[in-house]
Amino acid sequence: MTMTGLDLLAAGDSNAIKDLINTLCQPHWFFIIASVAMIVFLVGYRTLTKPAVALAGGLAFTAFYVLSGFDSDFLSIIQKPDNVPITMMIYLVGFFVWLAFRQAAVNDQNMEEGKPLLEAGSDDKVLVWPDLVYTELIALVLCTVALTVWSVILRAPLEQPANPAVIPNPSKAPWYFLGLQEMLVYFDPWIAGVLLPGLIIVGLIAIPYIDRNPRGNGYYTLKERKFAITTFLFGFLLLWVVLIVFGTFLRGPNWNFFGPYEFWDPHRPAALLNINLADIFWVQWLGRGIPTESFGMLPHFVVREAPGIVLLSFYFFILPGILRYTVFRKMGNQLGFVRYMVMIQLFLWMAFVPIKMALRWTLNFKYFVAITENFLNF
Amino acid sequence: MSVFSRFGDWVREGQVWGSVFRHGVPRDRRTRAMAVLSNVFLHLHPVAIRKSGIRLSFTWCMGGLTFFLFLVEVITGVLLMFYYRPTVEYAYFDIQGLRAHVTLGILREMHRWGAHAMIIAIWLHMLRVFLTGSYKPPREFNWGVGVILLVLTLLLSFTGYLLPWDQLAMWAITVGSNMARATPLAGHEGPLASMIQIAGVPLLHAGDDARFGLLAGTFVGPNALLRFYVLHCVFIPVVVTVLIAVHFWRIRKDGGISGPL
Repeated sequence: MTMTGLDLLAAGDSNAIKDLINTLCQPHWFFIIASVAMIVFLVGYRTLTKPAVALAGGLAFTAFYVLSGFDSDFLSIIQKPDNVPITMMIYLVGFFVWLAFRQAAVNDQNMEEGKPLLEAGSDDKVLVWPDLVYTELIALVLCTVALTVWSVILRAPLEQPANPAVIPNPSKAPWYFLGLQEMLVYFDPWIAGVLLPGLIIVGLIAIPYIDRNPRGNGYYTLKERKFAITTFLFGFLLLWVVLIVFGTFLRGPNWNFFGPYEFWDPHRPAALLNINLADIFWVQWLGRGIPTESFGMLPHFVVREAPGIVLLSFYFFILPGILRYTVFRKMGNQLGFVRYMVMIQLFLWMAFVPIKMALRWTLNFKYFVAITENFLNF
Repeated sequence: MSVFSRFGDWVREGQVWGSVFRHGVPRDRRTRAMAVLSNVFLHLHPVAIRKSGIRLSFTWCMGGLTFFLFLVEVITGVLLMFYYRPTVEYAYFDIQGLRAHVTLGILREMHRWGAHAMIIAIWLHMLRVFLTGSYKPPREFNWGVGVILLVLTLLLSFTGYLLPWDQLAMWAITVGSNMARATPLAGHEGPLASMIQIAGVPLLHAGDDARFGLLAGTFVGPNALLRFYVLHCVFIPVVVTVLIAVHFWRIRKDGGISGPL
């Protein structure tokens, strides 16, 4: 039997590479790398979006994806019918982020040189019939063709009939909600499933009212809207798309984390013994037991959780004031009190998510405030 | 003049054609404007539009494709309703029948993949609108309408996920709807739930909380299937249709596709 080079790669020496990639796909490394990649992209967008550079990046990713397909564990995950849209989403998001920032790079360059924008010529009008109508017709036909081909090639999944007695492991929400399901690891259900989605919806609707920057209206740019675009992309790419990739590709049985080339072993122990801030403060730092007595008017759980309550009060109520006169001085002046407070609360909640994720991954940290008596845990 | 073009002229000059299309062949400026103005569907558009506004690299056509995919979902969905019965006895086997008995049947596939594609398209539409700053005045309100439409699209997909009544469906909805029992002050395992009581009798329990309202039961069972079916086929699509009308109307009222001021 002859072995091709690909067989060798799949069988032998590639194990070291696979181990490395498995390690790099551990959540903290994955998230750090993705964050750094985003920052590098936003800093170097004028160079990195040049067509040749972007094409090389796309090809490298495709090579990685295709070669990974020779690994049976990876293949079994991406082949699941409901996971196919995620591969499509990764490519489409990558392509359109490139397309947007390519135009932003050209526009920002043009503005510096005093040349017109790509979108300039707002007085040149064309008739909707035929220019727009035909574009729409072609888009519609192409979309229909693509959808038909997709439907012919790939059958919609149908598993065994619903059975309340057989619980699949892992049980996963539909893929577009996996970012929120991932939040269940770090937050109680009322935060992950109710508060955070609510804040996302309210926060998105609030964007036009708290972004008072009049520039960058109706054309691609990064230079004129650095804070708005960075914050939005952090939310969309890292806290939404990356977490969906986590949830579909890397979360296995018992919601354990598996590298892309690891077998989903249902018997792998769920290791962690998570600790709360109260444990760290009273036991590890003060070397005493956790208080169980009430103190004057304060019930015992308030005394017990005092360190966390103080810390979170600082984070959500004092920090906005400090930031107002330091980092966000200019923005605070521009926004006024109400808009600034809405913006900073949304911003701090958004930052709270990666903070808790990082603390879990590094310190097995669970709650800042754990009033389990009332399901009130942060 | 060929036979075909003479035939075409004969049709276009007749009373029937003239009663439907109140304008000549759209070959000059006036008739092209009339083509858009006198058509209830096309008049969602203005007559003339900014040239830069319809460049594909600017719009990505994602809003339009989201709408088109919504229409695909409506058409395939109505056709599926002819074959599907939302009861525990029949649901799974009706879906299985669509696969087993219909040669080359791709109705369900188009519906499911169209739904996934619609979600991706609507995200990309939002990304485009954000990155071009198109939510800025005067389009603040329409951005909000768009966010609601995004949420409703996700809910449409979520309610539809249950209908095949297979293991995938049931447990995905179980995971999703379990969140509702943790709603503050409305779910029996939510924060402060124990405070809602009268004389020590708790008012919030598994049989009357937010999740119960969603599932019409304490678990994903027959009532939940019917409830999700009605939400999926009637309630949410009607709301979405109304909001799409508002969304499109506001695009025009707010000055059309955005461009540099």
